[in-house]
Amino acid sequence: MILLSPLGAIGRSTLSMLGLIGRVAIYAAQAISHLVRPPFYPREFAQALLQIGWLSLPVVGLTALFTGGALALQIYAGGARFNAEAVVPSIVAIGMVRELGPVLGGLMVAGRVASAIAAEIGTMKVTEQIDALVTLSTHPMKYLTAPRVLAATLSLPVLVAVGDVIGIFGGYLVGTSRLGFNPATYLDNTVDFLELWDVLSGLVKGAVFGFIVALMGCYHGMNSGRGARGVGRATTNAVVSASILILASNYLLTELFFTA
Amino acid sequence: MIRLEGVHKSFGPKRVLRGVDLTIERGQSMVIIGGSGTGKSVLLKCVLGLIRHDSGTITLEGEDVLTAERDAFLARFGMLFQGGALFDSLAVWQNVAFRLLRGSLKRPMAEAREIAIEKLRRVGLTPDVADLFPSELSGGMQKRVGLARAIAAEPDVIFFDEPTTGLDPIMAGVINELIREIVVEMGATAMTITHDMSSVRAIADRVAMLHDGVVKWEGPVARMDDATDPYLHQFITGSADGPIEAVR
Ligand SMILES: Nc1ncnc2c1ncn2[C@@H]1O[C@H](COP(=O)(O)OP(=O)(O)OP(=O)(O)O)[C@@H](O)[C@H]1O
Ligand SMILES: [Mg+2]
Repeated sequence: MILLSPLGAIGRSTLSMLGLIGRVAIYAAQAISHLVRPPFYPREFAQALLQIGWLSLPVVGLTALFTGGALALQIYAGGARFNAEAVVPSIVAIGMVRELGPVLGGLMVAGRVASAIAAEIGTMKVTEQIDALVTLSTHPMKYLTAPRVLAATLSLPVLVAVGDVIGIFGGYLVGTSRLGFNPATYLDNTVDFLELWDVLSGLVKGAVFGFIVALMGCYHGMNSGRGARGVGRATTNAVVSASILILASNYLLTELFFTA
Repeated sequence: MIRLEGVHKSFGPKRVLRGVDLTIERGQSMVIIGGSGTGKSVLLKCVLGLIRHDSGTITLEGEDVLTAERDAFLARFGMLFQGGALFDSLAVWQNVAFRLLRGSLKRPMAEAREIAIEKLRRVGLTPDVADLFPSELSGGMQKRVGLARAIAAEPDVIFFDEPTTGLDPIMAGVINELIREIVVEMGATAMTITHDMSSVRAIADRVAMLHDGVVKWEGPVARMDDATDPYLHQFITGSADGPIEAVR
């Protein structure tokens, strides 16, 4: 079919894409409106915080550590071409804090958390647990979505901050042990060129990515098809859409923050 | 009183309910029978508003279920789902006491737990089950926990979707008696789906048979056996010959 009428296929997928964007936007608005209205479920929120924030620390930390190290090697090699090896510490710091920390952290959390949320909520949907929630006078949006969205939005900036520090530390390790930097100079250079806004913009990005990750997990879980296949598809869709939205919104946010 | 008038529901091209008319008086026990896949579970979900029917009206005490205030409306209901639908992230007693731990019926934790254990006892489960998780229970035990959850907040209207499937005959008898008790003692209105004819006789005041998306026969349980309706007759006798096609 796709081979026979490529234009039709493009048209159809564009239309369904627009429909999807509309539904996701409405869902996001509902999630936010439930966040600010009681009843609140502090236990569910605490659990989500543990699952999304605390348990993602190792993944985000390791990602940052290796990325910081590789970044130092690359910038050293690139800088050597025009005798600017000395920029390694500051570029590693700026690159980590403004871009790689939030984006890679967000993507790793998308893989870990969006999939877990979609699978859990999708299974609840398939086994009628969502229907049961409703009959027990509990709104699924409030009980399932709101705590997860709030937890992810609050914990991602913290994860990004931790990732920033570990990433810079990774660059420092490689810089001092492999590239012959003096430890004290390396740290001085890192701190001197880093501005507060560099760090803050990365944290804001983190919050947006956290919102996206939890929202996509919940949305696809709630709209999961029937059976194990439905849940599998929901999980995949959650991770893919969260990742793409993270990358796209990262571009928009960078455009917004750093071009004036 | 629950009244359904001309209720239709389709899923895509599949027409499941095609004009269901049914009235259940207050304090009455209605049992719905009918072949697998005829839309019995869908019918209950339409009454609860979990599935939106396409046309027709469903009212509870004269109030349309689609326009009723949701929280007050649902607070009157208890529902046992066909698959149990227990929350697998919560311990058994927290499942049973779900309504009592949050919202308008909130009680102190210890009291809620006590009520949960009492309801578990009524469905034949010992207190040591209370702290297990649903995944640690057998299918029949999960079903009974679901039953305990449905009756925990003592609702006015209770729906049971196949309460005795997967239970041994003795336990099925206990559950049948329990449902009868709930209707008689608590004065609750009950709607039960079952395939088990001995359950029908034990639980029902009235029986409705669903086939081809409509109620083919409805009447008091005592008149079920001498009814002349060929569909009902075939269903009760479990015969392969008759108007209901058994595809092989
Ligand atoms: N959410 C849904 N989407 C699509 N089709 C559905 C949905 N729910 C039910 N159906 C279809 O509606 C029909 C009736 O389903 P229902 O679960 O009400 O059957 P039932 O009478 O309860 O059968 P059983 O006795 O086996 O439980 C089935 O053919 C089913 O495939
Ligand atoms: Mg059913």
